[in-house]
Amino acid sequence: MSQQPALSTATPVLQVSGLETHFAARNGIVKPVNGVSFSVSRGKIMGLVGESGSGKSMTGYSIMGLIDAPGKVVGGSILLDGREVRGLDAESLRALRGNRIAMIFQDPMMTLNPVLRIDTQMVEAIQAHEDVGRHAALDRCRAALAQVGIASPDQRLKSYPHQFSGGMRQRVAIAIAILLKPDVIIADEPTTALDVTIQGQILAEMQKLCRESGTALIWITHDLSVIAGLADQVCVMYAGRIVERGSVDDVLDSTAHPYTLGLLNSVPSRNPRGQRLRQIPGMTPSLLNLAPGCPFRERCAHATRECLEDPLLEPVLGHPTDAASAAHQVSCHHPLQTGIST
Amino acid sequence: MSALLEIRGASKRFVKRLDAAAKIGNLFGAGLREEVVHAVDKVSLAIAPGEVVGLVGESGCGKSTLGRMAVGLHSLTEGVRLYKGRDMASLSAQETKAAQLGVQMIFQDPYASLNPRMRVDDIIGEAPVVHGIVPARQKSDYVADLLTQVGLDDGFARRFPHQFSGGQRARIGIARALAVKPEFIVCDEAVAALDVSIQAQVLNLFMDLRERFHLTYLFISHDLGVVRHLADRVVIMYLGRIVEIAPTDAIYADPNHPYTRALLSEVPDLTKRRRAYIPIRGEIPSPLNPPGGCHFHPRCEHAGPRCAVEQPALREVAQGRLAACHLNDGGTG
Ligand SMILES: Nc1ncnc2c1ncn2[C@@H]1O[C@H](COP(=O)(O)OP(=O)(O)OP(=O)(O)O)[C@@H](O)[C@H]1O
Ligand SMILES: Nc1ncnc2c1ncn2[C@@H]1O[C@H](COP(=O)(O)OP(=O)(O)OP(=O)(O)O)[C@@H](O)[C@H]1O
Ligand code: SF4
Ligand SMILES: [Mg+2]
Ligand SMILES: [Mg+2]
Repeated sequence: MSQQPALSTATPVLQVSGLETHFAARNGIVKPVNGVSFSVSRGKIMGLVGESGSGKSMTGYSIMGLIDAPGKVVGGSILLDGREVRGLDAESLRALRGNRIAMIFQDPMMTLNPVLRIDTQMVEAIQAHEDVGRHAALDRCRAALAQVGIASPDQRLKSYPHQFSGGMRQRVAIAIAILLKPDVIIADEPTTALDVTIQGQILAEMQKLCRESGTALIWITHDLSVIAGLADQVCVMYAGRIVERGSVDDVLDSTAHPYTLGLLNSVPSRNPRGQRLRQIPGMTPSLLNLAPGCPFRERCAHATRECLEDPLLEPVLGHPTDAASAAHQVSCHHPLQTGIST
Repeated sequence: MSALLEIRGASKRFVKRLDAAAKIGNLFGAGLREEVVHAVDKVSLAIAPGEVVGLVGESGCGKSTLGRMAVGLHSLTEGVRLYKGRDMASLSAQETKAAQLGVQMIFQDPYASLNPRMRVDDIIGEAPVVHGIVPARQKSDYVADLLTQVGLDDGFARRFPHQFSGGQRARIGIARALAVKPEFIVCDEAVAALDVSIQAQVLNLFMDLRERFHLTYLFISHDLGVVRHLADRVVIMYLGRIVEIAPTDAIYADPNHPYTRALLSEVPDLTKRRRAYIPIRGEIPSPLNPPGGCHFHPRCEHAGPRCAVEQPALREVAQGRLAACHLNDGGTG
């Protein structure tokens, strides 16, 4: 329904390939990010969807250089506008964060400082990266607050975070993320705790931001319905890997991975009202010392002996729209045939 | 229709004490004081035996408070609560105890509501033994049976809550509520913290148990898709008041109240692709200081002068349907 941006989308602004993040635990290694690859273009929105513990936040933190010991990014490449940012020193990373690439956290208090007034925090965020006077900076703060629907910004700027409701705090955190119009925003379930009416309003502002400033947005969520309404592209994550990716229409309508289909089928609206919901049997595997092979095989109705080998993320064959088929990829030895995905 | 549980003209007011953040703020001169919240404001609701009523509304609108009032965990600041047609305030101690066991609650936060130092067999088995529902020596069998009922391995009884996943903990909370053989259960965001695949398992369990034990539910959820799937009737709350009540099919097909309409139009839906979301209008009001007249008027596209000053009554708009909006009653002018 919304117009697509007329901005150049030739080269992706963020290109992640083979990203691997490991945590050393007492009894082995946890691999929450296990060879993750994707790219996002300017003005586009990519949904990163998966269940709790699948590694979505860790992927975001890895890109932002926010992984602390005992965790470590051990492999892969992160190109921001063609430049490798993996392994940059702390100072260069700080220069990038907020300015070129920003993250909105699930808990807004990870962004906000409880003992500083909002104006202090927002002005500092601007002045850390740009040489602007306090007055000019405050004008931008007001504009950003208005953009996320905070009325009477002047009064609000003089408040402390605790004087806001949870939803308002999250909107302030979003305002801070968009202050410097970064090239990339990684939003980690920022609306999950909010009500649908407020969520819808924030999504409207994010769409507008991408359209008007060409910001590329990665929207992390466990809710496929939100992705359906918001994103251009989607990556489905399971046990630290991307198991399927492609355009929203490809992934939701020509679903190729049995796990994606399982997720879709458990959504109540895809089931007759009042009837039992179709559920995925079993539970997500522990990521500690995960055995090789397809991590979904224990829960999968299509699993065979082949599935003991790692499947590769490969283009879906026999796709109806051939031009797009290279962009629809699945990591499965027995991908579902398109057209029978319900 | 005689109601299993009914509350009439019920209100709950809280004095909002200062939290740690506010106290820190005061050190910096924020000058915050205690305030009164009208968490639930003159609400009436009757739930029939065997019915599933969905309770929906924004965060902080008073859903949990109303649920706690319904099961008797909160006293009523005003109004009455009836169980099987009898005023709870008029019952003898014995009758009160029986009525209390008959209504149970499954809490919003499965992490906080299970005592981390208790083993599962005590979490589930203690209340039925104390209340003489099972003899102490049959407790283990009773707990094992309940664990099986909710789809857990009966060998889990000796474990502690932290040894379970979110979905398993939710099931333990359900088993605990079932243990005292209730007729009526308030499920407060019982699946909100769960992933869709686990959520599907738990929702299936609720539907199975309803059939098996003829349970009546007040199902609190902010997820309109879940409520639509389960509920026979839906109640919409806004800032402490009920703004609409209707049978599920009717409310989804033809919402009456402007707030219900806004809510339903924003529900994420797998079939709506790259939709244009509606930008922010108005501000979400604080429950501490709700707007006068119709609480919704600052955000309502139909609001007129009357809406700012006069509270609309909850009135019948069709057979079995109630809504509180001046548009149904002579207009907003
Ligand atoms: N310090 C740590 N040591 C070991 N493993 C860890 C550590 N921190 C996180 N993990 C593991 O990393 C995995 C991925 O976690 P992550 O937070 O990225 O999941 P997520 O997809 O964001 O889930 P959610 O939807 O619950 O936020 C989890 O399985 C978790 O157990
Ligand atoms: N024990 C309490 N003391 C003081 N205020 C309270 C208490 N319980 C609830 N409130 C306040 O009453 C209002 C309604 O709260 P309630 O928890 O019932 O909302 P809710 O609809 O369940 O919200 P949510 O969807 O976030 O769970 C809120 O403003 C809340 O801050
Ligand atoms: S009473 Fe007025 S403000 Fe309230 S919902 Fe109806 S039209 Fe809107
Ligand atoms: Mg996360
Ligand atoms: Mg609640």
